[in-house]
Amino acid sequence: MVVQTESFVMLSIVLFVLGAMGVLLRRNAILVFMSVELMLNAANLALVAFARHWGNETGSLFVFFVITVAAAEVAVGLALIVAIFRSKRSINIDELHEMKG
Amino acid sequence: MEYYPQLVSLIILIPSIGAFINLFWGARIGEKWVGTVATVASALSFVIAVLLYVYLEGSGYEAVVINPPIFDGWIQIPAGEVVIPWQQRVDTLSSTMMLIITGIGTLIHVYSMSYMHGDARYHRYFAYLNMFLAFMLVLVTGNNFVMMFVGWEGVGLCSFLLIGFWFDKAHGAGWRNSMAARKAMLLNRIGDFGVVMSVLIMFWTFGTTDYFRPAEIVNVHLAEENAGVHSEDGAAAGEEAHKPGDGIILAQEGEGEGEAAEGEEAHGDDHSSAPAVVYTNNDHIPTEQLGVFGQAERFLDEGRDITIGPITMPFTTWLTIMTLFLVLGVAGKSAQIPLFTWLPDAMAGPTPASALIHAATMVTAGVYIMVRSNVLFYYAPLTSFIVAMIGALTALVAGFIALGQWDIKRVLAYSTVSQLGFMVASVGIGAYAPAIFHLVTHAFFKALLFLGSGSVIHAMEHGHHHVHAHKHGQDDEHGEHHDDHHDEHEEAFDPQDMRNMGGLRRRMPITFITYLIATLALAGIFPFAGFWSKDEILADSWVAGFENNNLAGYIVFAILLIAAAFTAFYMWRQIVLVFFGRPRTEAAEHAPESARMMTIPLVILAFFSVFVGFMNTPSYVLGLDNIFGAHLFTDRLEYSVSKAHVGEFNLLIALGATALALGAMFLAHNIYRRASIIEARRDPLELLPSTAPFWSIANARMYWDAFYERVFGRPFTRIAHFLSEVVDWRFLHDYVHDSVIWKGFNAAAQGLSKPVDLGVIDGAVNGVGRLFRWLSGQMRQIQTGYVRTYALSLLVGVVLVILVILLPLLQRG
Repeated sequence: MVVQTESFVMLSIVLFVLGAMGVLLRRNAILVFMSVELMLNAANLALVAFARHWGNETGSLFVFFVITVAAAEVAVGLALIVAIFRSKRSINIDELHEMKG
Repeated sequence: MEYYPQLVSLIILIPSIGAFINLFWGARIGEKWVGTVATVASALSFVIAVLLYVYLEGSGYEAVVINPPIFDGWIQIPAGEVVIPWQQRVDTLSSTMMLIITGIGTLIHVYSMSYMHGDARYHRYFAYLNMFLAFMLVLVTGNNFVMMFVGWEGVGLCSFLLIGFWFDKAHGAGWRNSMAARKAMLLNRIGDFGVVMSVLIMFWTFGTTDYFRPAEIVNVHLAEENAGVHSEDGAAAGEEAHKPGDGIILAQEGEGEGEAAEGEEAHGDDHSSAPAVVYTNNDHIPTEQLGVFGQAERFLDEGRDITIGPITMPFTTWLTIMTLFLVLGVAGKSAQIPLFTWLPDAMAGPTPASALIHAATMVTAGVYIMVRSNVLFYYAPLTSFIVAMIGALTALVAGFIALGQWDIKRVLAYSTVSQLGFMVASVGIGAYAPAIFHLVTHAFFKALLFLGSGSVIHAMEHGHHHVHAHKHGQDDEHGEHHDDHHDEHEEAFDPQDMRNMGGLRRRMPITFITYLIATLALAGIFPFAGFWSKDEILADSWVAGFENNNLAGYIVFAILLIAAAFTAFYMWRQIVLVFFGRPRTEAAEHAPESARMMTIPLVILAFFSVFVGFMNTPSYVLGLDNIFGAHLFTDRLEYSVSKAHVGEFNLLIALGATALALGAMFLAHNIYRRASIIEARRDPLELLPSTAPFWSIANARMYWDAFYERVFGRPFTRIAHFLSEVVDWRFLHDYVHDSVIWKGFNAAAQGLSKPVDLGVIDGAVNGVGRLFRWLSGQMRQIQTGYVRTYALSLLVGVVLVILVILLPLLQRG
């Protein structure tokens, strides 16, 4: 059974929107972070799907880079969250609004 | 030797450099070097003066005009066609003055090195002296009236500085000194106004202020005579004075260069290409190319009318006006009536400076300039008459005042005024050569008298300190009192008061003998210098009066005879009071003879005071003319003073004047011998009922100063007070400043500040500020600080960008 490329793209869009909603609506930093990962992977999925559709492996190759960068990002991001938790005793990102003008 | 005249620019430069060094480095290089620098500068100038004279002697006394290289066309105003060259003139007259100034100047420098020893402003004193020499030499060597005026003002400045030299003396003396300096300055300003006016009129009339142009022959009469003698060749035997360089030979190519008019034949031969032309007069020169005096004679011949501004008058009238203005200047500088009162006060300065400036040189500048302008005075009989009257009257008045003075220097000061009167009167009656002759002899013996009086004052101060040191405190080392003789230790004791002196002839033999010689010279006793010069003036006025029937001659002769008697009287009175009798104070008892540095100049000057008169001995007097030559001085002077003439010797007048002088001296000796009266600090003449009123008038200086004080001084002060109190303070300050300006300004400021400043300007500035504050407040709202907001805006942005990219594709598709 051959899955249509459209289905992959649709799934990718759904995942991406879920991720975006998560980023915009969740207050827990970890969850926001996970939503970001979700968006990244939605993008990865789209990349792989199109790579398969066009028979061009560049997209697949690009996914590895995205995963690598995402890993690095996770390392930095989690470290930041830990640092914020240490000082604030909370990871509610709505409490982090010192930049309010 | 033909390059000697070029040295004349150095004669000014060297003392200037000396003054410069002492002014800027004098405080550092120490007393010894200061004195050395100044004296060497002065001595070098003297050497140059001698070289210049040697040149003149060798070249037949013809004038040389030098253009120093740097100052060519010194004042140039092309629009007004004004060209004042910095030209210097070496002729017999300026050479005479140079020798006097630098010669006596050098002696006085030497004397001052000892006299001023220990003074706090030692270096400044010598800087002033050198500066004075430089300016005085500018005055006498300049070839135009503007240069003369530069020197004239310069010496006036130096005179001012030296009169007020001790402006910081204690007990009010310093104030008196600076007042004396101011008095000299002010009275000279009045005179200088006259000089400026005279020079301006001269310039408007002639278009130049040069005395003579380089190629001009000064004494046409003499040149013709010499050329005549020259052609006769052998007949010149008797004319000893005219032997070298007869005839005036001008190499034509040299004319424009300013070194023409040298009368040497050998010189003419050098220019073999251009044939030498012998000129015996100035007829070949166009009028406008002549100097002031040459043009004046042409104008007189033509009887021209001169227009200056809106006024047109005959030339003779202008001549009278310009000479009268010049006489005003002379009255200021040479201390003549009505401006003579500054000179006696000028004795506040250091005595050697008085000797140089206020006796020997500067005050004779007036006589010099009148003799220099002898052509103008010769043709202005009215001016000459006035000059004669001024001179004679000054001689008489000053001589009379000198009779009643107690201050040793003040007597000499009035004597100087009186002698200057002799010279001025001599110019007035047309005897130009005797005026300069008397100037020369007077310079020697009056400088000697002043230096002698300085020696006496110095000794009195030392004697006083000696006594003082012995009286007050055995613990006090009296040695240290010797050095600071100009210290603040002035008490009631006046070292210049002749009543405090007496009997100094044993204490100070050298000073006494030299002083005696100078006194005899001044009194006109045969054969001292003054005898010859004074006699020439008297004889010339006799000739002018009784032979040429000139009214001025009679008057001058009579008045000068009386003045000469006064001279002998007050000088012998001084000799008796200072040197004879018993010492009247302890200071006089302990007065020491001055140091050798001071006595050597005295001796040299005494030598000249005896012999300098012989340079102009008249013919047929005791065969003296066989030894010294007759009228040598006048003969040489004729080359630069065209209206000079050889004076006649009149045995009767000579004998009469000498007898009168001797009689006056004998009288003075008998009167002042009685020491007891002077010990009571009174004058014998004061006690005699018949002479008492005259004496008190003389003692009060004829109320001349008091009169000026009342007529000019007090009204002036009152006007000044009115101006300062009423006009300046009450009107200008209280009314104009406070009421009008201050209040008006306040009102205007108030009017401007509220609506304009606060309203418009502040409004605009604050408005802009408020606008931006509001804007930024609005903009700030965007920053919520919530991560979500940023994420959303990012998302929206991304979507927008994608839309922008995709939209064209969709439209195409």
